[in-house]
Amino acid sequence: MSDDTKFMTRSTIDADPPVPPQVTAELVVTPHDRQIARLAAAAVGLAIIDAVIPLPLPGVKPGLANIITLLALARYGWRVAAWVSLLRVVASALVLGQFLAPGFFLSLAGAIASLAVLGIVYRLPRRWFGLVSWSLCASFAHITGQILLARLWLVPHDGIFRLLPVFALAALLFGILNGLVAANIHAGIDSERAR
Amino acid sequence: MTRWLIFFRPGDIVLILLAAFCVVASFPLFWSSGVGERAVIRVDGEIFREVALDRAATIVVRGALGETRIEIEKGRARVAADPGLRQYCVRQGWLSRAGAIAICAPNRVSLSIVGRHEIYDSLNY
Repeated sequence: MSDDTKFMTRSTIDADPPVPPQVTAELVVTPHDRQIARLAAAAVGLAIIDAVIPLPLPGVKPGLANIITLLALARYGWRVAAWVSLLRVVASALVLGQFLAPGFFLSLAGAIASLAVLGIVYRLPRRWFGLVSWSLCASFAHITGQILLARLWLVPHDGIFRLLPVFALAALLFGILNGLVAANIHAGIDSERAR
Repeated sequence: MTRWLIFFRPGDIVLILLAAFCVVASFPLFWSSGVGERAVIRVDGEIFREVALDRAATIVVRGALGETRIEIEKGRARVAADPGLRQYCVRQGWLSRAGAIAICAPNRVSLSIVGRHEIYDSLNY
């Protein structure tokens, strides 16, 4: 070691430190943000359960996390539902190591298509169209968005449409099921509040 | 079970029935594309005849070695007899899927099945 470096003790370095400009970005977390974060966290939990349920065909999933999206839509409106849904897609992809992988873009396409359709169907009269309708429309929009992206980008061949009947059947069954569960929870919260 | 029925609104039932109908209809719609509709018989690479696979028929084709007999039935076709040495095209049996082909190379006769749309063919591409 040379003499020069010996002089570079901590005290000489810190002797006259440049004063960094004080920049403080203050993130104001509103109760509304917390609400969205809570819902998104629940949705991520369900998305992980979704991912570990073994199903015979790749691409067929129950989509349990959409129960949370439906509840968010029913209780807090479309904007909250959109936040919850998109946060769930990103966060669950990060947790599962799928972020920016093809599966991530497929679920993003499905989520965006579902949200677009939900934006329309939730304006329909509630007397006639309940959460089961919303869920069903969203699940069909989801497979449509996914298969279109897959056709345009991943598998540029019409052969992919042969999967459509299977996906449609899954969308029908899980659409009804998730809608029923969401409607049940929604009603449960209502009666809890009324008490 | 009945506990859950209260969550169905009238419109939900209508939508479920509509969706179920679409699902049922989608199976033949998207899974029928591979069904063969016509048989194309070629001699020396030239199209000799194109026959719809809607009724039984027997077609005799004269090739380089002799006569190849092709049988057509509803939805399928086969090479029934061929003068070729190894009989590969005969042993292939009935062809029914679009894109299937039996080639009797020695006699320069081929029998191929085509569907409604020409499908991607990695042999000829």
